[in-house]
Order: sequence, then structure tokens, then C-alpha cells
Amino acid sequence: MSQAVENILPSYPLFRNDEYKANLKNKQDNYEERHSDDKIQETFLWSTSEEYKKLNFAREALTINPAKACQPLGAVLCALGFEKTLPYVHGSQGCVAYFRSYFNRHFKEPVSCVSDSMTEDAAVFGGQKNMYDGLENAKAMYKPAMIAVSTTCMAEVIGDDLNAFINNSKKEGHIPQDYPVPFAHTPSFVGSHTTGWDNMFEGIARYFTLNHMEGKEIGSNGKINLVPGFETYLGNFRVIKRMMADMGVDATLMSDPTEVLDTPADGTFRMYAGGTTMDEVKDAPNAYDTLLLQPWQLEKTKKFVQGTWKHTAPKINIPMGLDWTDDFLMKVSEITGKPISNTLLTERGRLVDMMTDSHAWLHGKKFGVYGDADFVLGMVKFLLEVGAEPTQILCNHANKRWKKEVEALLASSPYGANSEVHISKDLWHFRSLMFTNKPDFMIGNSYGKFIQRDTLHKGKEFEVPLIRIGFPIFDRHHMHRDTTLGYEGAMYMLRTLTNAVLERLDEETRGMGTTDYNYDLIR
Amino acid sequence: MALRQCAIYGKGGIGKSTTTQNLVAGLAEAGKKVMIVGCDPKADSTRLILHAKAQNSIMQMAAEAGSVEDLELEDVLKVGYRDIKCVESGGPEPGVGCAGRGVITAINFLEEEGAYEEDLDFVFYDVLGDVVCGGFAMPIRENKAQEIYIVCSGEMMAMYAANNIAKGIVKYANSGGVRLAGLICNSRNTAREDELIMELARQLGTQMIHFVPRDNVVQRAEIRRMTVIEYEPAAKQAQEYRDLANKIINNKNFVIPTPITMDALEDLLMQFGLMDEEDESIVGKTAAEEAKA
Repeated sequence: MSQAVENILPSYPLFRNDEYKANLKNKQDNYEERHSDDKIQETFLWSTSEEYKKLNFAREALTINPAKACQPLGAVLCALGFEKTLPYVHGSQGCVAYFRSYFNRHFKEPVSCVSDSMTEDAAVFGGQKNMYDGLENAKAMYKPAMIAVSTTCMAEVIGDDLNAFINNSKKEGHIPQDYPVPFAHTPSFVGSHTTGWDNMFEGIARYFTLNHMEGKEIGSNGKINLVPGFETYLGNFRVIKRMMADMGVDATLMSDPTEVLDTPADGTFRMYAGGTTMDEVKDAPNAYDTLLLQPWQLEKTKKFVQGTWKHTAPKINIPMGLDWTDDFLMKVSEITGKPISNTLLTERGRLVDMMTDSHAWLHGKKFGVYGDADFVLGMVKFLLEVGAEPTQILCNHANKRWKKEVEALLASSPYGANSEVHISKDLWHFRSLMFTNKPDFMIGNSYGKFIQRDTLHKGKEFEVPLIRIGFPIFDRHHMHRDTTLGYEGAMYMLRTLTNAVLERLDEETRGMGTTDYNYDLIR
Repeated sequence: MALRQCAIYGKGGIGKSTTTQNLVAGLAEAGKKVMIVGCDPKADSTRLILHAKAQNSIMQMAAEAGSVEDLELEDVLKVGYRDIKCVESGGPEPGVGCAGRGVITAINFLEEEGAYEEDLDFVFYDVLGDVVCGGFAMPIRENKAQEIYIVCSGEMMAMYAANNIAKGIVKYANSGGVRLAGLICNSRNTAREDELIMELARQLGTQMIHFVPRDNVVQRAEIRRMTVIEYEPAAKQAQEYRDLANKIINNKNFVIPTPITMDALEDLLMQFGLMDEEDESIVGKTAAEEAKA
């Protein structure tokens, strides 16, 4: 069973060898008390039935494969988007290892983030000492210009007071009095990763502006603020900047991790790169207005921006697809007085051209969609625009108001007539739906691949192929650099969806002499 | 008038909830708009105002609804005597879960739902016994209660608890705006009780804001689930609570307390005859050894 150095095989295909097959069979037969293959298959088929779906949806107390992550994950991403900022998580160490590995599996980049490693004694006596040492060490070791503090469940359950701890750290001289340490309480058992992003952003905005509003004047800096929310497509930050530059609009992206999550391999490690500067945050109240690019996840931010900065933060939708990109650009134009540039008009025309070119293939195709509230809403809107049917729509962390909004959107189009919207449901619910209400494809993050495997196991005709758009994408490379916002994003999504349809058609029609009458060169 | 947020602390069983509700009734009678936030899993901080056994608490309703996000403010906020708004945070049964987290969750919920944005003059937090963990300190975090009142009596353990609470306040006072606003003496009819509490207050750097005498009318009102002010407005005791309410309205005496050492506290108790002089020679001696000596 040993391997040769010249030819080391990974688990697949190594375990296909007879030797491994026999070994595995021996283990299953003699040690696993395994049920018979028939029984396993019977149970599997039962788990795909309408009866099982009913039981599954009656589930009350258990979540299986949540389609969401926890608050501090979002807080860390938010903090990474600020210049020379070190995300600092007050609480247990394992949580932070999880945030870091989660992001570097998606972005294929190192992610710098520290924990103050609370242990048993800190759980009893409170974590103030950890924070004293943590802030002092983190500042000395990694030389950030700002430390953005969030919390894990542990610190939250024992009721650690970040405001008091940070002030005391300053008072005791562990860090200088004027050193910026914005913070946010981010208990994981409340909300989701998007709530955490919102809380952290509000904490940063609060730190730099709440008590510095004197002399601030709306519109005086001639800029517009754009708050991205929990956004993991680097292309989205870039396309927003490009569109604003095209229009000659001076825009500030409030949290921009594009550089730090995409550093070049040129021999120099960069712990910090790019990001929104502290001066930009301080100056933010002087902008004409603030637009929230993912409004469903930025409720606390909205409240702060309206209450403290006195910006209107007008209601817009995530700029996904044709209509809502139009709305976004028109809103920017309205606020700044800058006309929409000819470049963007041409780009829009190209998108419309592409949509008509591919329309025949997407028309009437059914899609299941899951993910974050704003993303799912935007995807539903785009699918309706291209004549596709978003039949199964699921968002784990969204509220009832969101559900109503999606249902109203569906009601506005004939392609939404057969759609169902599910909130507070997980991917195990979604799996049931993929069997009982089978769409042609599902759109979501990497976790959907296991649902695809299960549907294929039932039979090729039951398979629901996964189209990977969302977060996280762990099992395909570099998709995080793509774009889902703006006309450019719509082009990317259109190309991805259309080609998935064509790939699938090719797959089904390449049976030699059986189905290849439709295995066409031209699609 | 700007919103004033006050927290009431004190040893368990000292009469915090009774005192709070009676004095809040006095504030309401004086035309103030008040909200009571009960921060105790027992959820008995609002029963005299609502004439109820125990109000449905935020945590209890959140558990039934699935999560706190599914609750609306009007589900948990009840209005009682003279429009006093009442909320109970609630918490787990004794021996399980985490009551402190319940307090944090409940207060966050109230803030997010805008309970404090309504037209209010006072918010009173009635907090369980001692500040046993971070959760029960939630009401005195930054931007919450700025004034702390400690209910105590002339009994040793009540004074011991008061001193401990003062220690807790110091921790938060140094980094924020929370201040000790006074001791409320809820009399147990011990000897020279008023002098004793005034002396303790002096040593803690604060004041005895009011001496509430013992009166059975409080109990008579309580079995009817009413405050004295509502049950028998003409009673002498009702006037005591009115006086306390007025003193709180006009209170300007907010300090960072100077908690005293155990020795100083014992000296004080000895001085007032509540404790005997300690005899070091008998420490660790069994009865048999003492008999021999």
C-alpha cells in the first residue's frame, strides 16, 4: 500500500486500486455494522420523496447545512476593507482560525486577523486582561494604524463590555489615548455574517464621526459614499469604481478590500494593502449622500447614516441586472448632477444585445437560488429579466419583509408565477426542494455540490447541476475575481448561465447514435 | 427634559422591586413619563404597576417565537398604572442557561426597537441582587443608566452588598459616565438605622437619599398587586415614596463611589453595635479546647 515517490497518487484515483477496494470492503463488512446496500438505497430514495420533504419542512429545532455564516466573519471582512487595519476578535481563538481559513479558501490569499485567545480564566473573570495584552501586542507586532474589534460568542455570553475595556486599555497605557480602536459587538447566535458586517461598519463610522459632526456640511466635499456590505466579488468593487470614474463621479467605497485580498506574488508579503482611509471615513459626512449597495443587510448602517450624518440614504436595490443598474446609475447621476457617460450607455447596449442573443436558451429555464438576501433578490430580478424562472428561492437569514419584497417582485413578471420563497430554511430543506420541485439548475455557493451529487445518485434525469455564483466558492479557482454588479456583472452572469445551459445540453446530446442528432456545432 | 436612566441595585430580598415600583408610581403621579425594565429572571419588577402575576418576559416570548428577531416591541411592552411602561427581560429557570445574557439580549432588543426613543423622562432598571456577571452590568454600560441607586438597610449583609456594588460601579465609572446617585434605606427597624446608613453613605462618598420607614400598608398594597400610591394615596407611606421620587427628580449628587475595606465596614458595624469586637484568641479553637482552657 506504499506509494512510490516518483508517482504519488491522491486519494482519487489511489483508492480505486484493488488493494484499497478490498481493504475498504473489509472495513465496511466487519467493523462498521453497515446496513445492506438495499436498505441504504431505500432510505436514500425515501429522503428524496414528497413525504420526506413534508417532515423536513416541519423540522423545528435543528439546522442542517446553514446557508449563512456567523457575525464576526462579516465583521472581519468589513475591517479588512480599511487602510492598515487589523481585524481583532475578542474571544476564543478557534473562531478566528475559522474566519481566516474560510476567507483564504475562498480568496486563495492569506488573511491577517488576530484573537485575544480567551480561555477558562477569562470566561470566569472577564476578558479585560486579554484585551490589555492583546491590543498592546497586536499594535507592537503588526503595526496597524487601526484595530477593529469584534467579538465571539464566548465574550458575548459573559457580557464583556468592549467600550469599557478599550477605554480602560487606553487609560492604563496599553495603547495610546488617540489610537483608533473602533468596535462592534457581534454575537454569533444573533443574525448572520451580514449582520456582523453591518455592525462593524457602524462601529467604524461611529468611532470616526459620531462626536466629530461639528463643521460637517452635506455635499461640501463633492463626493458620494457607497457602502458595499458583505461583498466577496472583487470585480464588484472594481466595476463600481470604474463606473463612477467613467461618470466623473468622486465616490468613496466605504470598505474596499480589493488590494489586501488580491496581493501580487512579487516576493513581498503585504499584511496591509489599499483600503478606505481613516480620512475618507472622517470626511464621509461631507458627501452629498450615501448609497447602500446591499440595503437588506445594512439596517444599522442606514440608521446611523441617516441619524448622524443626516444623509437621506435613499432606497435603492442592489445594482444587479439591467434595471437595477439603471436605477443605481440614475440615482448617482441625480445626486451628483453628473450625466451617465456614453461609455456606460454603450456598455448597457451591449448587455441588452447579449441578453437578446442568449434569450432563446434561457427562456423558461428553471433555477433554484440560495444565498444572502440582497444577492438572491438581485439574482431573482436578473433571472426574470432574461426570461428565466427562479422557481425555488431560499435565504437562510432573511426576514419576513424580505420575503414579501421578493414575492412582490415575482408577482410583477409572468416568469415568477411558479416561484416559491423560503426564509429561515437551510440547505437540507433546499435539497428536498431539488428533488420534489426539480428546477433545471441551482445557483449558489460551493456547498450545493453535495446536493448535485445526491440528485445525480437518484438518476441522471434527476440531476440538478450547480452553477457557482455566491459565497463561499472553495472548489473552483479565481471566481471571486468575477463581477456580479453593474452591466459588466450582468454580462458575466448571463455568460455563466447560458453556457451552463449549453454545456448541459451538450452533455445530454453526445450519445453516439442515440441523442447526437442534436449535438450541434452551433448553438 | 433629557431622558434619565437609573439602575436600582441591592442585596436580594431587600425590597428593590417594591421600592422601585412605588417610587416610579410617585414619579408618574408627578407627571413624569417612566419605563421600568426588569432585569431579573424572576420577572417580578412590574407586577404592582400592571396588577399582574408576572408579565410575559422578552426572553420567554423570544423562546416561543423562535428568536428575538421575531418579536415586536408591542408584544413585550405593557402599559400600566398612570401610563408607566413595563418590560421584563426574563431569563432561564434557576440552575440552567445564562440569565446575564438574557439581560443583554433584552436591552439590545429594546434599543433596536426604539423603546428609548419614545417620549420618556425616566427609565428604571430593576436589577437582580448582586452584579454577579457581565450581563447584570449591562444596564450600566456606556449610554445606558448613568445613575445608580442602591437599596439597603441597617443589616450587615445588606451593607456588605451595598459596598460590593459600589466596587462594581467604580470599574465602570472610571471608563464611562455611570455614577452612584445615592443609597435608599428601606428600613428593617434596626437600631439607629438612619445614622448608620448615613455614615455608610458618607464613607462611600454619597448620600442617603431617603429613609423609607417600615409600614404594613406596603404589604397590604402588595397582596392586591398595587403600589401604595395607587392603593391608598392618602397613606403616610405614600407620601414617603412621593418624597423619594421628588428627591430623585432634584438629585444632583452623582459621584464615583469610594468603596471601603472589609475592616472599615466591620469597624462601622462594631461602632453601631451590630457586630461584636473580634476576639482573635478564640479563632480555630474547638469547644473541647475552650473547655480545657
